[in-house]
Amino acid sequence: MSALLEIENLRVTFPTARGPVDVVKGLSLTLGRERLGIVGESGSGKSMTGRSILRLIRAPGKVTADKLRFDGIDLLAQSDRQMRAIRGARISMVMQDPKYSLNPVMTIGAQIAEALLTHQKLGRTDIRGRTLAMLEAVRINDPARVLGLYPHEVSGGMGQRIMIAMMLIPEPDLLIADEPTSALDVSVQAQVLEIIDDLVKRKGMGLILVSHDLDLVSGYCDRILVMRAGEVVEECIASELRNAKHPYTRGLLAAIPRLDEDREELPVLQRDEAST
Amino acid sequence: MSALTIENLDICYGESKVTHDINLSVAEGESFALVGESGSGKTTVLRAIAGIATSWTGSITAFGQARSPGIDRGFARQCQMVFQDPYGSLHPRKTVDATLSEPLAIHGIADNGERVDEVMQSVGLDRRFRFRFPHQLSGGQRQRVAIARALILRPKLLLLDEPTSALDVSVQAEILNLLKRLRREQGLTYLMVTHNLAVVSFLCDRLAVMRHGRIVEVASADQLKRGALEDPYSRELIQFSPSHPA
Repeated sequence: MSALLEIENLRVTFPTARGPVDVVKGLSLTLGRERLGIVGESGSGKSMTGRSILRLIRAPGKVTADKLRFDGIDLLAQSDRQMRAIRGARISMVMQDPKYSLNPVMTIGAQIAEALLTHQKLGRTDIRGRTLAMLEAVRINDPARVLGLYPHEVSGGMGQRIMIAMMLIPEPDLLIADEPTSALDVSVQAQVLEIIDDLVKRKGMGLILVSHDLDLVSGYCDRILVMRAGEVVEECIASELRNAKHPYTRGLLAAIPRLDEDREELPVLQRDEAST
Repeated sequence: MSALTIENLDICYGESKVTHDINLSVAEGESFALVGESGSGKTTVLRAIAGIATSWTGSITAFGQARSPGIDRGFARQCQMVFQDPYGSLHPRKTVDATLSEPLAIHGIADNGERVDEVMQSVGLDRRFRFRFPHQLSGGQRQRVAIARALILRPKLLLLDEPTSALDVSVQAEILNLLKRLRREQGLTYLMVTHNLAVVSFLCDRLAVMRHGRIVEVASADQLKRGALEDPYSRELIQFSPSHPA
C-alpha cells in the first residue's frame, strides 16, 4: 500500500522586518495509516507543519515543498476550491481550544450538521440520525439535549468532544490533532484520546498528533518526531522515547517532573538568550 | 504560627454553592497544593482568599488576621496571587515597569524604581526587559513578570493558580525551579492549585484532593510519592497522571 501522506523538504517562510524567516526548515515525513506524534516546544514549527498540510497558511506566509502528496493528490497544485473539498472530508483538523473553535452563536447540532452538509447531500432525518450517533460515539450523555445547546452551555471537555465529533463525522482519512487535549483535565484527557484512538483503529485513519507533552505522545503514538526550531532533530518509535539519543530530546525528558520526584532542582535547557 | 487557616468555607456564585465546608490549615513556610479536576472548586477557594470571589461564609485567616469578603488592602499586602495564563493576566498595553509599579502606587509605597529593579532581579529577568510590552516577551518571561508583580509588595503568602500549565515542559522546569528558590530565599508560604501531581511532588509538602467542592483527602507529599493515598478518587487521579510509571 502506498503512503497516505508524503512530505519532502517542506519549508514555511514568513517575511519579517529583518528578512524572511523559515519556521519550518526542510521537513520530510511519510505517513501510513498509523499514529504519528510531533513534539517540540512552542515555536518549534510543529503546528505550522500541521497547518501547511491543510494549506491553511495564508499570505504573507509561504509554503514550498519538493513533494506534498496526500493519497496520490499533489496538495500544492490544488486550487482553493479543490482544497475545500479535501479539507474536512478527507483531511480534518482538531484545534487546541474548543472555546475559540466553536461558533458561539450556532447550536451544537447545527454546527455538526453543517460539517456534514458541506460535503454530502442528506435528508433532515438522516442528518439528525448521523449527528446523534456521532455524539454518542464521542460519549456524550443525552445527545438529543446537547444538540440544542450553545457552546457556552457545555464544559471544556464536552466542547472538545463535540469538536472531535464535528471533525470525524465526514469520516476523513487523515486526522491532524493540534494539542487536542492540552486545554483539558487529566481525567478527561484520557477519555478524549481513547475516543480518537478507537476511531483511528476502527476506521483505519491516519493520525498526526501535535503536542508539547512528551509523556502523552510516547504513551499514545506509534512513531514520534521531535522538532526544534523548524527541524526534525530525532525520529523514533514511541516506546523507545526513553532511550532517545539527541541531547535536546534528553533535555526535554529530564525537565519533566516525576510523580516520585526527589531532585532538588530540575535540569533546564540551555538557550541562546540570556534569560527566557 | 499558621500562615493560613480556613474554617467552614462555603463559597457561592450567584445561586449555586460551589464549595462545601472547606477546612484547611497551612503552616508558615509550607507549600500546600490543592488538586482535583476542573469544576471541583479549587480555583474558587483561591479566588475567595484573594478577595475576587466575594460571596462566602465561614472564616479565612492569614497570619492571625481575619479577612472580610471584598477588597482588603492590609490582607493584600500579606497575600498575592499568580494566575494561570501569563498571556491573559498581563495588561497588553502596559510595560513591565508599569505593571510592576502599579501595586506600589495602589498601596501608597513611595519608591524611586529600586524595588522594581530588585524584584526583576530576584525572578531572573534581565534589566533590558523593564520597558518592554508583554507581546515582546516569551511565555516564560511573562510568567516571571506575573510572579514579580505578586512579589513586589513583599507578601508572605502566595496563591498560585496553575502557574505552569500554560507553559512548555522546559519553561515549566525553569518556573518551578524559580518558585522553589524564591520560597527558600524569602521564606514564602505557597498555596498552589494544580492538576499535575508531578508538580506537587516537586514543589509541595502537603496536598488536599478536592472533588465536587469538598476536600476528600489531605495527605503529605511523601504519601503521594509512595502512591499511598487512601481515597479511591485520589488513587484514580494518580492513575490518570501522565507521568505515572505505567
